[in-house]
Amino acid sequence: MIIAIASGKGGTGKTTIAANLAMCLQKPIRLLDCDVEEPNCHIFLKPDLDGSERATLPVPVINEKLCNNCGECGRMCQFNAIVSLKTKPLVFPSLCHGCGGCLRVCPTGAITEAEREIGTVETGTSHHVEFVQGRLDVGEAQSPPLIRAVKQRIAEEGVTIIDCPPGTSCPVIAAVKGCDYAVLVTESTPFGLHDLKLAVDTMRLLRLDFGVVINRTTSRDAMVREFCRKEHIPVLLEIPDDRRVAEAYSRGRLIVEAVPELRESFERLCSSVISRIQSHNAASPPCGGSAPGVS
Amino acid sequence: MKELVVISGKGGTGKTSLTASFAALAGDAVIADCDVDASDLHLVLSPRALGVVEFRSGHEATIRSADCIACGICRDVCRYDAVRPVFRNGRKSHYAVDAIACEGCGVCVRFCPEHAIDFPERVCGEYRTGETRFGPMVYAQLGIGAENSGKLVSTVRKEARRIAEARGAQWILVDGPPGIACPVIASITGSSLALIAVEPTLSGIHDMLRVLELTRHFAVPTFVCVNKWELNPQMTEEIETAAQAAGVSLAGRIRYDRAVTDAQIRGITVVEYGGGAAEDIRAVWSTLAEVQDSRAAPAIMEV
Repeated sequence: MIIAIASGKGGTGKTTIAANLAMCLQKPIRLLDCDVEEPNCHIFLKPDLDGSERATLPVPVINEKLCNNCGECGRMCQFNAIVSLKTKPLVFPSLCHGCGGCLRVCPTGAITEAEREIGTVETGTSHHVEFVQGRLDVGEAQSPPLIRAVKQRIAEEGVTIIDCPPGTSCPVIAAVKGCDYAVLVTESTPFGLHDLKLAVDTMRLLRLDFGVVINRTTSRDAMVREFCRKEHIPVLLEIPDDRRVAEAYSRGRLIVEAVPELRESFERLCSSVISRIQSHNAASPPCGGSAPGVS
Repeated sequence: MKELVVISGKGGTGKTSLTASFAALAGDAVIADCDVDASDLHLVLSPRALGVVEFRSGHEATIRSADCIACGICRDVCRYDAVRPVFRNGRKSHYAVDAIACEGCGVCVRFCPEHAIDFPERVCGEYRTGETRFGPMVYAQLGIGAENSGKLVSTVRKEARRIAEARGAQWILVDGPPGIACPVIASITGSSLALIAVEPTLSGIHDMLRVLELTRHFAVPTFVCVNKWELNPQMTEEIETAAQAAGVSLAGRIRYDRAVTDAQIRGITVVEYGGGAAEDIRAVWSTLAEVQDSRAAPAIMEV
């Protein structure tokens, strides 16, 4: 069972929900921090990290002795990562998406691939939670390949929680793809609502079942609640605007420890999400043929 | 003309509220919203739209099912798991491309023995130009699940520069995206000045240090300001010490003030709404406004 914690807007509380949810779930539970640009779950879970691997992306290497300057590789590359103007090809590794096209079109077999490092995948444990995080190298532009590397560690049994990056573009898609359910975290402000709508559109496009958590609610603002009601979106949890929560966050403490009365809310969130996944799976068993989003 | 970009590493630290207020204070600025994933600045600046331009970038593969012989070569050569078989009456009928998973590399197009794969340009979003009460604005919306957010950011910045040059504007104010990857790199390269908005939390300091490394990597002069500072005064001190140790200057502190959210709800900037945070933002702006432009060769990097 794979649960994504996502949001359109940044800073709405994805990491808070992901870390606290993980602590409230029974073993076996695994948390994958896929916000590889700014991974923060470790701040709250304080895992003992005992494994570390470099993640890589394949990039072309030219054997100049075999190259006949035909320029096929440069014409193949859609990303301007390899340029050949009747000359020996020049490779720009940071632009390469690792598609392998140049290698396939080269008529003389002059191109092989080497691995370019883009970040680190770290593993460890925190209490009963198995922990995995990606950490993108600073200066590296492409995060989706590292997100996919982190997701290779999805647990086969039990629940895997994925803390996603903010937004709606390719890193988010890489993180939520293949998940069973998405928890969209928002705050009840105009910015929060605007970006929630984008996140909702994203989930609908991906045909991913989802519900909403409204963070930092106050009695005066109902705009997100109203939107969810109109759109028939379940509101899974509301977390009141509470200075104790903000302070716990600021010091890297878990809410379920700092504000014990909220533990029950998180436990309800766990059971609510799990039962939604189960009833969704029972209602529409996974089909064998075409995948979602494919016509 | 000076170009200020507001970034944060971590999301939700107040970039948009700050940029909107700076627009109100600058008086003579072109405003660019480069958070193309989730752009919110227009909610406060309410631009009157003057034009919409479709943003096309890259290509996407689409298989003509009638010409597909279901040989599966396209699936074998695709490294993004974007090609799937389609079954009809229990038999494999043809293959199809998942447009969201497709990176637009064109390898399947090239190797299809039946030439059954089209490769049209991809519409990745749109950008708009508009007029706000504080000056012209360029803002964009990336298509859902789209690639090339960095290129859309570069497009928005170039358009903002064009307008700024035509009008002889003194400032370009850029509301940047969160994170440190391609849209952020596209937002900061060649800027005269970056302001990092940080909140006084452990996550805030962690993310600030990563984005600071990025601005140093691209040699962009950087300032730091702590937002909602009195939520954790000790952490604020730590952040400021760490920032100074990293060689960046401090632009001031902004207090926690519910007026910031109230202004957002009213659809106006914090400095128009008034209050304590508004005073602090004015002080931050006057610090930034005094900085001399030290760019050698301002260029927007393509990512």
